[in-house]
Amino acid sequence: MTSPSAPPPPVVGGFTVPRVMFAVLLALVPVVMAQAIVFGWRALLLIAVAAGAALTCEAAALRLRGRAPQPALRDGSVLVTAVLLAVAVPPSLPWWLLVFGVAVAVLIAKHAYGGLGQNPFNPAMVGYAVLLVSFPLEMTRWASPGAGWDAITGATALDSLRAGLRQSYTMQEIFAGTAFGWIGAAGGEWINLAALVGGSYLLVRRVIRWHIPAAVLAGLALPAAVAHLLDPGAHAGAAFHLASGATMLGAFFIATDPVSAAASDRGRVVYGAGIGLLTWIIRTWGGFPDGVAFAVLIMNLAVPLIDRSTVPRIYGQRRS
Amino acid sequence: MNVHGGLRLENHKSRPLERPLLVVPPPRVAILALDQGSGEAAEPVVVPGDHVRLGTPVAAARGAAAAVHAPVSGVVREIGLAATVGGAGQCIVIESDGRDDREQGAAAVDWRALQPAALLAGIEASGAAGLGGAAFPTAAKLALARSAGAELLLLNGAECEPWICCDDALMRERAADVLLGAQVMLAASGAARCVIAVENDKPEAIAALRSALAMVGDARLALVELPAVFPLGAEGPLVTAVTGREVPSDGLPPQVGVVCQNVGTAAAVARFVRDGLPLISRIVTVTGSGVCWPGNVEARIGTPVAALIEACGGRAAAPSTLIAGGSLTGRVLASDRVAVTKGLNCILAAAAGELPARAAEMPCIRCGDCARVCPARLLPQQLHVAARADDAAGLARFGLSACIECGCCDYVCPSAIPLTARFRDARERQQARAAEHRRALEARARYERHQSRLAKQAAAERRAFDEARQRARAAGRSETGP
Amino acid sequence: MTVTTLLPAVGMAAALAATLGGVLGWLATRLRADPGSLVEKIDALLPQTQCGQCRYPGCRPYAEAIARGEAEIDRCPPGGDATTRALAALLDRKPRPVDPRYGATKSRLVAVIDEDRCIGCALCLPACPVDAIVGAPRVMHTVIAVECTGCELCLPPCPVDCIALRPPDAGAHAERSAVVVP
Repeated sequence: MTSPSAPPPPVVGGFTVPRVMFAVLLALVPVVMAQAIVFGWRALLLIAVAAGAALTCEAAALRLRGRAPQPALRDGSVLVTAVLLAVAVPPSLPWWLLVFGVAVAVLIAKHAYGGLGQNPFNPAMVGYAVLLVSFPLEMTRWASPGAGWDAITGATALDSLRAGLRQSYTMQEIFAGTAFGWIGAAGGEWINLAALVGGSYLLVRRVIRWHIPAAVLAGLALPAAVAHLLDPGAHAGAAFHLASGATMLGAFFIATDPVSAAASDRGRVVYGAGIGLLTWIIRTWGGFPDGVAFAVLIMNLAVPLIDRSTVPRIYGQRRS
Repeated sequence: MNVHGGLRLENHKSRPLERPLLVVPPPRVAILALDQGSGEAAEPVVVPGDHVRLGTPVAAARGAAAAVHAPVSGVVREIGLAATVGGAGQCIVIESDGRDDREQGAAAVDWRALQPAALLAGIEASGAAGLGGAAFPTAAKLALARSAGAELLLLNGAECEPWICCDDALMRERAADVLLGAQVMLAASGAARCVIAVENDKPEAIAALRSALAMVGDARLALVELPAVFPLGAEGPLVTAVTGREVPSDGLPPQVGVVCQNVGTAAAVARFVRDGLPLISRIVTVTGSGVCWPGNVEARIGTPVAALIEACGGRAAAPSTLIAGGSLTGRVLASDRVAVTKGLNCILAAAAGELPARAAEMPCIRCGDCARVCPARLLPQQLHVAARADDAAGLARFGLSACIECGCCDYVCPSAIPLTARFRDARERQQARAAEHRRALEARARYERHQSRLAKQAAAERRAFDEARQRARAAGRSETGP
Repeated sequence: MTVTTLLPAVGMAAALAATLGGVLGWLATRLRADPGSLVEKIDALLPQTQCGQCRYPGCRPYAEAIARGEAEIDRCPPGGDATTRALAALLDRKPRPVDPRYGATKSRLVAVIDEDRCIGCALCLPACPVDAIVGAPRVMHTVIAVECTGCELCLPPCPVDCIALRPPDAGAHAERSAVVVP
């Protein structure tokens, strides 16, 4: 007969799941603002729509699963999914398509697998991938930066790069196009900068650790730099890749989703590097202009294997 | 620092250390648990009605239980089941006659003149046990160290857990005792040198030890300062922090040449060789806002906890939970009528809010913080999944046996999962399963012997029958013979 | 699509299938588990109660029957669901709860002989598969509690029904009295 142990100790640093989620939402504010400035206020509307749809879907899913809606609704995890999806899609996307994407992300990618903590795939990326594959036209229609939501659609920098390379333009000629800004995509580079700022905030507050973002960025920058060195005419450099597309958003917000990422720090480095590398491969040779979403989903598949192979040596035991 | 993980915690140790060590008067009724914290019960050698003196053995050592001695002189009133610090167990109740008569022949021990075997026998007879909490017989540990050829005696003055400061108080006020105990233990264990490890949040204790070391002038004794990280006071991380060697998870420190002892145990051994008295008292921290004047007290083993709290001004007005031990590895006490044991180092009367309630448990979000702080380099996340699925193979692969139940993973979990409790349960289930398996193997062996016995019996019967038939045939032939 | 383009494709697919099939078949024969060791492994998972509730005369015969594929893995009530799960994991079959037709899983019980009623007939002694009953004709019989597996095979032979099943250590605590703490 033993008496019960001391009440388990209080949580340090006050980190609870809701606080983690709300810290992430706070860190996304620069990105949201940048999107609104570059692409117009419709971007904000989409975020609101996504948030509302996500909360509704989560409540419905919890009711269907026979779970109490509180405290699950209050933990903020579904809001993070919603906002990430809303900033990833083009701001000109019809709102009902976004609702569909959010529903897929919340109902299928999250709740069908068991809810919080059980999703093997990043829900926002599943929603994005389903939308991209099902509605390719609407999902690749990006407005020209600064022109507001009424403007004519134009190609993104990554689009132009790919098209230009196929037509054998030189790098200089391609980079002189309207879609390009200082180092990366016009407009897109500001969003990347905003994501970097938000991500740094998360790092400083120790909500995320450096392993995944550093590995993703290195995994993308190193092959890009090497390829650019070997054949500058056919490959854009590391700086361009780091500043275009959803790189920073992916590195700091998407790949760092702890549930679908690897468990140990060593595993996370492998995971992040894989995402970076796959992103570069898809961008260079793949069928889609930006590879972050698919790179994340493919590495999510590899996570169980990574986890099995990166178990640290237990204290007092030899390597098994 | 070659120790992985751990936490830097607010130590809550200043209040009790503001006052000097207080000696609590001997209890009117002493309740001696037969299990003084090691998990095994000693064998009583007295019966109700026996008269005992201070230091009379009342229970003989058995296995992991050290001998228990009467802390007061008087009469054994009864032996029966009572609530103890560890839950409930058999206790010897002694009613004091108020005289504190000593056992005759209790005199100082000339330990320098004794052979190691005799010295170890003396320490064993004194009932010395691990005062750090495990209450394992000191003599057995030192004997094992001697046979394993351990060359380093490591005295544990780390006291890493918040709230507990009894060792700090001991080192401040009785540093000489600690060093004398170290010298005796060196002689008993055959170790070549001794290191006293103290965390660097105890500057007064370190200063006291340093001046005592200078006075003693024994070159074999040294002091090492450690960072104030929890759980550096646990045996494994301590050995690794001081020596860099890792204790095998299915083994003991003597296998890597080290024997660990708590500084309190060393001081107890010192008192034994000085006065000849067995282990009958220890220092306990009484702390928390639920006590009016927190302090460190020296109390006889068997003193009810209520008396300790009285000596510290009694319970404060606000309701509080009584915890035996510190805030991370302590146990909740149902009442203050339990008695001090050799393994009890702290009574924490935690007022509401001092140990804030945890949030409701949520699903694991695989953040990995638990693995970052685990001193045993485990993956508590994976262990949790295996424990929930009762997956014995998974628990073994992820190293459940290496878990020291320190509570660091609990502390950092954002989903408020009670990980340590789950691992403790899983361990108990595994031990039960292992015991079942052993029993099954024994049953099978008995069954096979049973079958072979029956087969032999049947064969013998058949042989006897055949022989009888042959004899009958032979007899019949001779009768009807020609 | 003409035959000239189809033929090489079909040929390559066929060649691939044949090669892979051959390799797999060879591996299947090379890596086949030793049937003897399988019985050992199954027997190691069984509780060794030797009670016969599985309708086999002992745990070993049951293990052999499972290895031969004759018996299902859900027939062992003393082993309970933990045993069926372990067997399912070993044999790569679907785990299932214990079949109630073979008995109910009970918590561990040991046989205790009521000494007031025992007549010393010694009929229970040979019934115990692990020889846990000590005694002789007209001498008091007693069960060695630590060796008793709770198989209940001693109950039917007893002519006076003096054997009962109780949780282990049930008697021991009853003698201990609680201390009055001042």
